[in-house]
Amino acid sequence: MMAAADIKAGDRIVHKVFPPITRHTLALYCGASGDHNPIHVDIDFAKAAGFPDVFAHGMLVMAYLGQALTDAVPPSKLRAFATRFVAITQLGARLTCEGTVTELFAEGGERRARLALTTRDDRGEIKLDGSAVIAL
Amino acid sequence: MVDQSAVGRCFTPVTARVEPGRLRYFLNTLGEQNPVYRDADAARPSGLAGTPVPPTYLFCLEMMDVDDPFEMFTALDIDIARVLHGEQSFIYHAPVLVGDTLTFRPSVTSVTEKKGGAMTLIGIRCEVTNQDGLHVADTARTIVVRNEVAS
Repeated sequence: MMAAADIKAGDRIVHKVFPPITRHTLALYCGASGDHNPIHVDIDFAKAAGFPDVFAHGMLVMAYLGQALTDAVPPSKLRAFATRFVAITQLGARLTCEGTVTELFAEGGERRARLALTTRDDRGEIKLDGSAVIAL
Repeated sequence: MVDQSAVGRCFTPVTARVEPGRLRYFLNTLGEQNPVYRDADAARPSGLAGTPVPPTYLFCLEMMDVDDPFEMFTALDIDIARVLHGEQSFIYHAPVLVGDTLTFRPSVTSVTEKKGGAMTLIGIRCEVTNQDGLHVADTARTIVVRNEVAS
């Protein structure tokens, strides 16, 4: 857990590597998330839609990034969390989530930090590009 | 194709209870081991009165408890095979804890054509309140529709 007093711009406070995404993960996440779009679990449906195979839910990837984030910052300190889904995350991807402090500021009567967040696969391709605001 | 007439359109509000068993299923799926999500005592030092939910779980609660999770796509005549998620954001105003009952009120805020009509971006915002009427969060998402383009 970070020490809020010494945090400064440029510090990398979020870093976590996740195991490869399997078909089983996608099936479980379909039920766990309530996102039942068959494109993530039914290869016939995915192919008919023009994709070579099923692929990860964007929100599964964002959930991993959220996990990496709250490993470093208690959930009660999180004020905002946003991502852009830059590229489709394929089966087998081994994701690395990182977050770096970009700015310290005051807002809502408290000291806050803005973080730049990324999720990359094992080839270094950016999947998610995001940001978070945390209270210090 | 979705056009500007969709802007301002509201969908059926969704009421969702934060159930511990379903949350555990989500945590296990993600390999989430952080005790703050599994043990109410672990969350107390950070001033919470109960067990919080992970940062993206609001998105799931809205989809899990709706009668028809694809209502919006049906209403706007969008084929779900052509939908991708473009952007997602959450603004947190107050804690959401296990046992809370949340109400989600989604509406369409923007419709934008991209790449000469090859894609339509649909912005959807959702205000989230709890059982006490407290405004706990705002969520926003951008849905990308890959349109069929006549060649």
